[in-house]
Amino acid sequence: MTGSVPTVPSGIDNWPEFAGNTETLACPDCDLLQVVPELPPGGKASCARCGRTLATQAADPIERPLALSIAALLVLILANTAPLMGLSVVGQQASTTIAGGAWQMWLQGQELTAIVVAFCAVFAPAAYLLCTLAVLLAARRPPAARWVGELLRWAEAMQPWSMVEVMMLGILVALIKIAELATVEPDIGMYAVGVLMLLIPAIQSSFDPEAIWKRVTWADDGSPPADGAVQADGPLNLWSAP
Amino acid sequence: MTISALTAARAGLVSCGTCGLLAAPTSPAAPGHCPRCGARLAARRRGSVETTWALVIAAAICYVPANLLPVLGTTTLGSTEYDTIMGGVVFLFTSGSWPLALIVLIASVMVPLGKLLALAYLLITVQRGSVASNRERTRLYHLVVFIGRWSMLDVFVDTFTVALVQLSPLMSVQPGAGVVFFAAVVVLTMIAAESFDPRLIWDAGTETEPDVA
Ligand SMILES: [Zn+2]
Ligand SMILES: [Zn+2]
Repeated sequence: MTGSVPTVPSGIDNWPEFAGNTETLACPDCDLLQVVPELPPGGKASCARCGRTLATQAADPIERPLALSIAALLVLILANTAPLMGLSVVGQQASTTIAGGAWQMWLQGQELTAIVVAFCAVFAPAAYLLCTLAVLLAARRPPAARWVGELLRWAEAMQPWSMVEVMMLGILVALIKIAELATVEPDIGMYAVGVLMLLIPAIQSSFDPEAIWKRVTWADDGSPPADGAVQADGPLNLWSAP
Repeated sequence: MTISALTAARAGLVSCGTCGLLAAPTSPAAPGHCPRCGARLAARRRGSVETTWALVIAAAICYVPANLLPVLGTTTLGSTEYDTIMGGVVFLFTSGSWPLALIVLIASVMVPLGKLLALAYLLITVQRGSVASNRERTRLYHLVVFIGRWSMLDVFVDTFTVALVQLSPLMSVQPGAGVVFFAAVVVLTMIAAESFDPRLIWDAGTETEPDVA
């Protein structure tokens, strides 16, 4: 679609009238206005100008991420309580958990690093999963209360800081480094982190924030979402003429 | 390149940064709040270029001690040996795990540097009003956002090494002063990437916002 100069879709000559109409979107990356017709389930629409995904139509935007986030929360509890790996050298034994790692950094005088590790490894994933779970539970019966939007904002803010997959690789590298010096064995916690590493992206790919926003009561009274606000949509580019 | 693209800014509309709703601002100077989610509206992230520059410069300053100071100290039978990040890479390489050495080298040394250069490049081209390769620059921006978290790898490696190897007097590992600078580089560049507004890439040459300051 490169090279096509976008034009105003026919029948639309007064843009401000479309403010508040969720079927007209501006691309978050390049600000291009685009009209979003209904997408089929599993459909996806990209910006005509910069290529960014503007909207998706998940086949099942509530129940599937809900089931996945319940599973992920259970695995998260296991990952945070079970030992990650154990070490033994000439009769001495040691093991560590995720929080134990951050705590040891704190004890060794690296308080700031300990806080960063605890935040990215424990707090952010937990907050992300809890907020997502609460949002999905509340969104099952629209219209959802305004706090749902607030929690959704929190979930999205926590997402980049939840570094489960980076931690998984870090644990593996540490394991291989230490294996040069002593006998180390992976423990339950490490497998739990591995499962979590798969579950979180699965939640993200089945979760559709736009589908949630459509179910949330508007901040301005008087503009609640249409009943059952499930009008499927996702943008398509009317802008790229053939 | 003649652009007749109709953007939200040109149409006098604002896309909500939180929920994505296309909203009509109260006025260009004071856009007001999103009717759907209640967030403050802004045509572009406020002070995007200045904030991003400040964070990039702060991260670049931290990058120096992050690489020069040791990140780990290994005490074996009374004598302590210190390792920088590059020392850790060399250790992995010589102990035969060159794929891991490569991963740590890329994640810890090249990615942070690449991020700083990429953000500086994006900021400079935006400030110069460049209209070339907008699509590529937008993609570069997304690469920076996507890849940023992976630099935290070495912080996790150090944390779990320290946590596990506490077998004094036989052998113990302590964190070095470099770790906190390294974590600071990652955190600062992540916030920098989030404060950059990719729409600025596309604003040049489109003569948008004629009345917006
Ligand atoms: Zn776009
Ligand atoms: Zn909003």
